[in-house]
Amino acid sequence: MTFSHGDAVRVASRPHDGHHRTPSYLKGKLGIVERVHESFPNPETRAYAEDGLPPQRRLYLIRFDQHAVWVDYDGPSGDGLLADVFEHWLEMPA
Amino acid sequence: MSHDHHDHDHSHDPVTTSGEPPVATRVRALEELLVEKNILQRDEILQRIDWLASRRPGDGARLVARAWVDDSFRERLLEDARQAALELGLDPGPSPVVVALENTDTVHHMVVCTLCSCYPKALLGPPPAWYKSLPYRSRAVSDPRGVLREFGLTLEENVELRVVDSTADIRYLVVPRRPSGTDSLDEEALAALVTRDSMIGVSQPLADA
Repeated sequence: MTFSHGDAVRVASRPHDGHHRTPSYLKGKLGIVERVHESFPNPETRAYAEDGLPPQRRLYLIRFDQHAVWVDYDGPSGDGLLADVFEHWLEMPA
Repeated sequence: MSHDHHDHDHSHDPVTTSGEPPVATRVRALEELLVEKNILQRDEILQRIDWLASRRPGDGARLVARAWVDDSFRERLLEDARQAALELGLDPGPSPVVVALENTDTVHHMVVCTLCSCYPKALLGPPPAWYKSLPYRSRAVSDPRGVLREFGLTLEENVELRVVDSTADIRYLVVPRRPSGTDSLDEEALAALVTRDSMIGVSQPLADA
């Protein structure tokens, strides 16, 4: 497990051909690790009839500031967006 | 002889199984392929459909009502919702992890799956059609307060709204706030106030009648 609760992370902005579970609207966005989930088979290979192994990929719940995700978000500054992101889609922010 | 398009009553749509929406045709073709390739048996598909159709939001409501009357159960539910469901004799389903998120007077959670329609089906039953619709899936993340207003819920500015996009293997269940004025209600009466939508986070539980 690379990241811990409270760590700052950036969602990788790389494109990916084929099935993956990283929503495009979060690619390149900065967030904070809210929860460390367990590990799961990689959906990117499992989607193509493989077993998703090895290795299992660690899943994290990441919290984003809504105003950092949407430039025109019109809610209060404390509003958050949380999404589960697999470890291989997370980077240390520069 | 001329062909008058305004003088006959049959349609010129492409020939399909009568009235079947295109998505149903696609699903049927997929099912036939999976069975033909021996990946799934038709019985398994039927059993899975039966299981899904047997699930009810009342199960989730029992978890919430117990959490409202029993603080230590509430803690166990927030720690491990799957174990908490088993403790009440409920079937938490094949999803490996269910996470319960608690609404308070300062934090409100609402759940969406922008990528498809991930949903805690074992505890809430099949998801409503709007949950699977593109407008909900896109606007719940970009304009969540507007979506909540359309559901009749105006969230105060000092409440932190946390939209949870269930993008992967975790299924999220919202534990709504217990309505005021319900101190005299027992667990069963409380469970009747816990609606499906309040466990998705798009509304509050019913008020005591």
